[in-house]
Amino acid sequence: MARYDRAITVFSPDGHLFQVEYALEAVRKGNAAVGVRGTDIVVLGVEKKSAAKLQDSRSVRKIVSLDDHVALACAGLKADARVLINRARIECQSHRLTVEDPVTVEYITRYIAGLQQKYTQSGGVRPFGLSTLIIGFDPYTDVPSLYHTDPSGTFSAWKANATGRNSNSMREYLEKNYKETSGQETVKLAIRALLEVVESGGKNIEVAVMTKVHGLRQLEEAEIDAIVAEIEAEKAAAEAAKKAPAAPKET
Amino acid sequence: MKLDTSGLESAAPVWGAPSELVDGFSAAPLFEVPNTTDFDGFQKEAIQMVKPAKGTTTLAFIFKEGVMVAADSRASMGGYISSQSVKKIIEINPYMLGTMAGGAADCQFWHRNLGIKCRLHELANKRRISVTGASKLLANILYSYRGMGLSVGTMIAGWDETGPGLYYVDSEGGRLKGMRFSVGSGSPYAYGVLDNGYRYDMSVEEAAELARRAIYHATFRDGASGGVASVYYVGPSGWKKLSGDDVGELHYKYYPVMPSTVEQEMIEVAGA
Repeated sequence: MARYDRAITVFSPDGHLFQVEYALEAVRKGNAAVGVRGTDIVVLGVEKKSAAKLQDSRSVRKIVSLDDHVALACAGLKADARVLINRARIECQSHRLTVEDPVTVEYITRYIAGLQQKYTQSGGVRPFGLSTLIIGFDPYTDVPSLYHTDPSGTFSAWKANATGRNSNSMREYLEKNYKETSGQETVKLAIRALLEVVESGGKNIEVAVMTKVHGLRQLEEAEIDAIVAEIEAEKAAAEAAKKAPAAPKET
Repeated sequence: MKLDTSGLESAAPVWGAPSELVDGFSAAPLFEVPNTTDFDGFQKEAIQMVKPAKGTTTLAFIFKEGVMVAADSRASMGGYISSQSVKKIIEINPYMLGTMAGGAADCQFWHRNLGIKCRLHELANKRRISVTGASKLLANILYSYRGMGLSVGTMIAGWDETGPGLYYVDSEGGRLKGMRFSVGSGSPYAYGVLDNGYRYDMSVEEAAELARRAIYHATFRDGASGGVASVYYVGPSGWKKLSGDDVGELHYKYYPVMPSTVEQEMIEVAGA
């Protein structure tokens, strides 16, 4: 097996591309990220490792915009992310120039996935070690979209998805608790999923919401703390309701 | 004399290092340069030879119900009329039309090429390309061949999500958005009739009649235009050919032969 994982262009006898699988491992070690799509809003949440005291936290934005109407969060190698994001931003502008229209979310996702795939089929290069969650609204519509890409270059649309550390538990939580939501409910669902695997508190999560009208908005720490507090209160109330025996019927 | 042909080189990226800025644009291909003493002069001559050949009348305008497109059908080589039945309105796809003025081969080939690109866009993006996008694709291609002798003066008319669209695109690389255009040697005459009779809120029949009359008047005065006046309408469900009338017959329709007065004795006096 060791012989088949050196060069990216080599298949193993049982059909694996080991470099791509190792890239997926790198993603699994990256920070947790979750995306949830509502009817009129789409939310991204990312785990924030506690910032070093001397670090300027504003320079470590994990949720970035690719254009006015598309945003991206990723898990994995951050340096690779920077390169991929720059290429995607250029493609967004190039598309505006050649067809005089902003990109659709599907188009830019396809472009990013295509780029990730190209690097799994060239000599002398390694794949990008990151998976992305891409959100946005198509031009001329009010329909939100959420897409996911991975190092192999596959992409698909999702109602809600998670990637990075403990993504399986987050996805399980989402599968159990997902329902069509809108506005603040969608934000709460995303944060609740993230809190399954991350220490609670506004200091440890970064959340951004995108609406058709306002575009991308990063939530302030205080706002996140407030929502987390709401969620904790709801959880406590649910626990209490379960523990207390059912009230006897009044006659 | 060693020519500096670096400008003709396609901006092909170094293998393995994808060039972000070029990927979106189609680069002009390499081709052999003829061996002459004065290449620039030769190029100028070649362009001048093709340039005057826009002997035609085409027009298109947007109105309340959609886009009206009309053209004549004469092809001329100098003073010789080579054909009276040329199709100058090219069907790019069921909801987009292009008009032909200039080199017939250039127009036909590049419109067909544009049709291919539009179809590929539909397949890749699961939605139709806009008229804006299609005209921009064509304009970018023509720009990359600028100075190489292409002669194309075309209008792209269509109906997309944002409603009716009309663009003028030419081989100099120009691209203009507008409500009324006429292209070709007969265009001044067509503009006269078109601008005079145009109103935004016409019905389809009125607009078709205006387009037909404008082409007729251009063919009447311009020697390089004639044949058949074709009129197409582009609406929300695509284009439809409305009419194709021989301009000779249109002449007698607009100016029917009046029986001229003759000497008294030849006339049959009507009974009292």
